[in-house]
Amino acid sequence: MIDILIKNLPIIVVLCPLMTSLLVVLIPNIFFSWILTTLSTFLTFLFSILLYQEIQIHSHISYALGKWMPPIGIEYIIDKVAIIPVIIISGISFITTIFAYKIMPEEIEKKSISKVYSLWLLAIAGLMGLVTTGDAFNLFVFLEISSLASVALVAMGAHKDKQALVAAYNYLIIGAVGATLYVIGVGLLYGITGTLNMEDLTNRISDLNNNRALIAGFGFMIIGIMVKAAVFPLHIWLPRAYAYAPSAVSVLLAATATKASLYILARILFSIFENSENLINNTLLFVILPLSLLAMFAGTIMAMYEKDIKRLLAHSSVAQIGYITLAFAIGTKASVAAGFIHMFNHAIIKGGLFIAITSIGFYIKKRVTINNLSGLGKEMPITFFCFVICSLSLAGLPLTAGFISKLYLIKASISSDDIWIAILILISSALSVVYLWKIIEVMWMRDGRKIVIKENPTIYISLIIVTFLNIYFGLDASLVVNASFEAADKLIGDLK
Amino acid sequence: MITIENFILITILSPLIVCVLTPFILKNTILRDCLGPIGGMISSWGAFNIISSALNNQNTTLEIVKITEGVSIGFEITPLGAIFGLVASFLWIFAAIYSVGDMRGNKEKNQTRFYSFYAMAVHAALCIAYAGDLLTLFIFYEVLTFSTYPLVAHKQNEKAQKAGRLYLSILVGSSVILLLPGIIWVWVATGSLDISPNGVLDGKIDESYAPLLLVMFVFGIGKAALIPIHTWLPAAMVAPTPVSALLHAVAVVKAGVFTMLIVLTNVFGIDFLAKTGASEWLIWLASFTLLATSIIAIYKDDIKARLAYSTISQLSYITLGGALATSMATQGAALHIITHATGKITLFFVAGALYVGSKITKISELNGYGKCDPLIFLAFFIGSLSIIGVPPMAGSWSKFFLMLGAAESGYVVIVGVFCISTMLNAFYLLEIPARAFFLKNEREVNLKIPKLILIPTLITSFITILLFFFIEPFQNLTSMMVSKI
Repeated sequence: MIDILIKNLPIIVVLCPLMTSLLVVLIPNIFFSWILTTLSTFLTFLFSILLYQEIQIHSHISYALGKWMPPIGIEYIIDKVAIIPVIIISGISFITTIFAYKIMPEEIEKKSISKVYSLWLLAIAGLMGLVTTGDAFNLFVFLEISSLASVALVAMGAHKDKQALVAAYNYLIIGAVGATLYVIGVGLLYGITGTLNMEDLTNRISDLNNNRALIAGFGFMIIGIMVKAAVFPLHIWLPRAYAYAPSAVSVLLAATATKASLYILARILFSIFENSENLINNTLLFVILPLSLLAMFAGTIMAMYEKDIKRLLAHSSVAQIGYITLAFAIGTKASVAAGFIHMFNHAIIKGGLFIAITSIGFYIKKRVTINNLSGLGKEMPITFFCFVICSLSLAGLPLTAGFISKLYLIKASISSDDIWIAILILISSALSVVYLWKIIEVMWMRDGRKIVIKENPTIYISLIIVTFLNIYFGLDASLVVNASFEAADKLIGDLK
Repeated sequence: MITIENFILITILSPLIVCVLTPFILKNTILRDCLGPIGGMISSWGAFNIISSALNNQNTTLEIVKITEGVSIGFEITPLGAIFGLVASFLWIFAAIYSVGDMRGNKEKNQTRFYSFYAMAVHAALCIAYAGDLLTLFIFYEVLTFSTYPLVAHKQNEKAQKAGRLYLSILVGSSVILLLPGIIWVWVATGSLDISPNGVLDGKIDESYAPLLLVMFVFGIGKAALIPIHTWLPAAMVAPTPVSALLHAVAVVKAGVFTMLIVLTNVFGIDFLAKTGASEWLIWLASFTLLATSIIAIYKDDIKARLAYSTISQLSYITLGGALATSMATQGAALHIITHATGKITLFFVAGALYVGSKITKISELNGYGKCDPLIFLAFFIGSLSIIGVPPMAGSWSKFFLMLGAAESGYVVIVGVFCISTMLNAFYLLEIPARAFFLKNEREVNLKIPKLILIPTLITSFITILLFFFIEPFQNLTSMMVSKI
């Protein structure tokens, strides 16, 4: 029994949320639909951990869907790279589901809550599928599943603020363009190689250096994924979508959605096209590197002038995605590992910050802007404390997870003789202290209206978990660091 | 028998415990206010034991957590660290007593937050003192910055918040943008974050890059307040006086120059600096800072502002001593950490006492106050003499060594710089007791200084005299520091 389970794990982590999503929609009761969702995400997380242990033994698990052997059939691959986003997505979605219980009914009509949970699970299933599949076209399918579900989730924010509809529409159109570009790229590659299986693609591409169709296909794929990953300047859908989505959805999307696409980006760059070295090196140097540097500063500066906190955090996400793509762009083993480290750490940092801001919004019953925050530090000590820790972590201050990311990122850029990149990274992270401190100062050092707030354990429990993770992985980072280095090892191999 | 490892823990953890406990005993103010002095006594008991072990040349290291391979947080006893640790923990006792008097005298709000972060800052300073590697040093350097922010912005008015923002942006900005990459550069070059008494860079880094790396360190250590990154210090004087006293005469700025000395001696190494001449520009920058800020100090009428500029000038003595890269100068620099701390804390205590006593902030208002409370001005006089370097005050020793070092290094001009600066010191510091004692005020003068403020002030001024006669153990430590080279 256990054997069968373990053998089928790669597909189970996708099917578990997918199937429950179909069940949840049938349960009208708020509480029971939440319980079922929590159970499903918990199981997914559990299976992901089992998968992680399995990966430690067999470093590569391949699963042929419906026993159709690859490269003909659809293959699911879990290796040391894929396991990182699998853990991130399943873990964060479990934590945010716990958190959603109190928050959801506040912002969404009671009768549509079970539908929201259904979409919620569908989005998670899409993301899980995205990172486990080994088939380029199947990837597109999951990309669409997760995007459409997220668009619908964002649109649910309309109950509170009609702006959500505009945000969702933007997200839909831009997302659809991205997905279309991606699928055109896949089509071109299929035309010249005759295969959709990623590993097979890698092998067949090696014979076709400098083929125009190959280059075009690569370009379409990369741009498509960069839209989804919100790489600057293709990020314009992101701030609105994060800001106007129902709060719980913002948390889920901020912490997981872009991570999956970033993982795909790394896969395309370093795994599928690993044999077209020229193409990749040029792309990294002339496209990804400058865009990442721009993202780092544009995102940070936008965040400095933003008054609405959710949008502020969204802009900051753009900058943080810039760090991750920058790490990929440097293109050494150490830097790609740093990228994965930051991918993990950013998920827990942004998750924590969004949860904190959402909780504040829940209590003050208003949009959370800078001016509405006065003096809340004293009223909500737990939330405030967690917010401060996560902020320090985002700024990369020592003893937090964020510091580890910065440390490895800077070490990687110095050891590849790019001191100026290291300095730019640090300037941008010093600037991020400015906007974070602005928030902390208002909450702490200004006297506000007296409102008595009693913090609710069901809300702050997830915040405490995430904050604890931020400190824990700042003190004992070996788990993340080792996993990331193994992943980078797998991706880059002995090439560089 | 308590091992030295445990003494390290006792010393660094007692302020942390005070910090954590303080918010929980909000109700009982007497007990809350006693916590600081008690914590200080326990902490300095540990520090005394540590210093005696350092005198016996024991080598103690203590690893707390291992973050990943090659990255860990750990502590180690070095002669210089033992001195700084003792200074910070011992002076904390008096500063804690004084701050109770000051907070009560001024009826400040948010006292609990104040005491809690005050202890936190001492904790960070002690961790810096005993830091075993560059990463630990950097971590607590940042903790110190953040824990002192609420103290600087304590008054919560527009001016305090502005100062707080400037304080954070300069200190965090410089350390994150320059100090951190400097440390990581050392890590990449040498393969480890460790420091050693001989320096770690010799042969590991291209000599032509050494001045660049030194630039990153020198301007990264904003707490050492060299021109042009000194502006945070005068701005931070809006903080309540106990903060200025302990943090801006002892913990924060001394943590800065301590880090600077560690970088100069234990990362670069005196020999490497002398060989490559990487620190020559630093000698001139420090001399310039030293003279320029002394001159600015003369024109400041606000007592605390004058003391702030005087502090910047005195910090440059220490940086200069390290940059001269001779054993005498380095010894002088190390001794100056302790002698300046005791002298300057006395001066700040007096400045705060005058404010509590009759809301005086300006030097020009001081005429004739000497007859109301001669003791407090006597304390100021003793402290000033120590800063100026007149025997029998502690400050004379460090100046003596610094001048010897300057002569030894061949930079005769620097000896002149020290002499001019001494005259300037005398000029701007002695004006205060002179006005108080010799000039007459037309208005009626009265000055009521609480006992809790007067007593610690007198004790610290007495310590400056005492140190003159008992400098030997410290001098032994500093000579151990340079003889290991």
